[in-house]
Amino acid sequence: MVVDHLDDAGIDRLFQALADPTRRDIVRRVTLGGYSVSGLAALYAMSFAAVQKHVAVLERASLVSKEKRGREQIVRGNHDGLQNVRRLLDEYEAIWRQRAERIADILAEEPKNNGRIQQ
Amino acid sequence: MTVISSTTNPEALSLTLVTELDADVERVWQVWEDPRRLERWWGPPGYPATFEKHDFTPGGEAGYYMTTPEGEKPRGWWRFTRIERPYRLELEDGFADENGAPVEEIGSGHVVVTLEDLGGRTRMTIQSNFASEEQMTTMLEMGMEEGMKEAAGQIDSILAEYSRT
Repeated sequence: MVVDHLDDAGIDRLFQALADPTRRDIVRRVTLGGYSVSGLAALYAMSFAAVQKHVAVLERASLVSKEKRGREQIVRGNHDGLQNVRRLLDEYEAIWRQRAERIADILAEEPKNNGRIQQ
Repeated sequence: MTVISSTTNPEALSLTLVTELDADVERVWQVWEDPRRLERWWGPPGYPATFEKHDFTPGGEAGYYMTTPEGEKPRGWWRFTRIERPYRLELEDGFADENGAPVEEIGSGHVVVTLEDLGGRTRMTIQSNFASEEQMTTMLEMGMEEGMKEAAGQIDSILAEYSRT
């Protein structure tokens, strides 16, 4: 989310957008992965049109963006999707790097001459 | 240096990590085969893993939980899809509910481990990929949230280093 170049009107839109619990919930969900508008509408006890309005408010506040996929509109948290994938893969990579280091530590502690379990 | 190279491919949703370990293939195989060894490296520091089930056979399943500093026990499951002792291992890795049953909606990651004999040393390659962007996002965001906040601190410092280069 880019919030460093907001003028007063932009800040108003942002706070208005986040003042509603349904809209906050939508932001939380679409940050974790894309949702179609109809997929979102199924989650709340309100009409498709009402959810569409909430999404439009969030879009104006630059919190989410819509992307056409076939006949569906996919709503995403407003960060580059690929950038999010990169970030997650980087974190996943760091987890495996640490695992590899721990494996190396375990192997370094054990006697080298015999592969069998000795306990 | 343990990790020789590491490649992430955002389009393929995959990670390839090449490591060289100062032990023969047999000993490296045992860090996967022996659950007591496995427990010592699977979980991040402060989140030890306990494998309650480890049926290390093709089609077999493993079940584990991690103990968080708060005393919570998030659970995970593996399914071994291929075992060619001691050179190749393939498994599915996913989240489980409190009864140890796989949470199917979250899906699983696919992990391929290959070991190569370097004359007493071993090259271990980890290849991991996810089914879709949505599946990867759900699984990894949840993994970070559930049991790896401490590791995330270490990750941040690693990422900070990346961004400087």
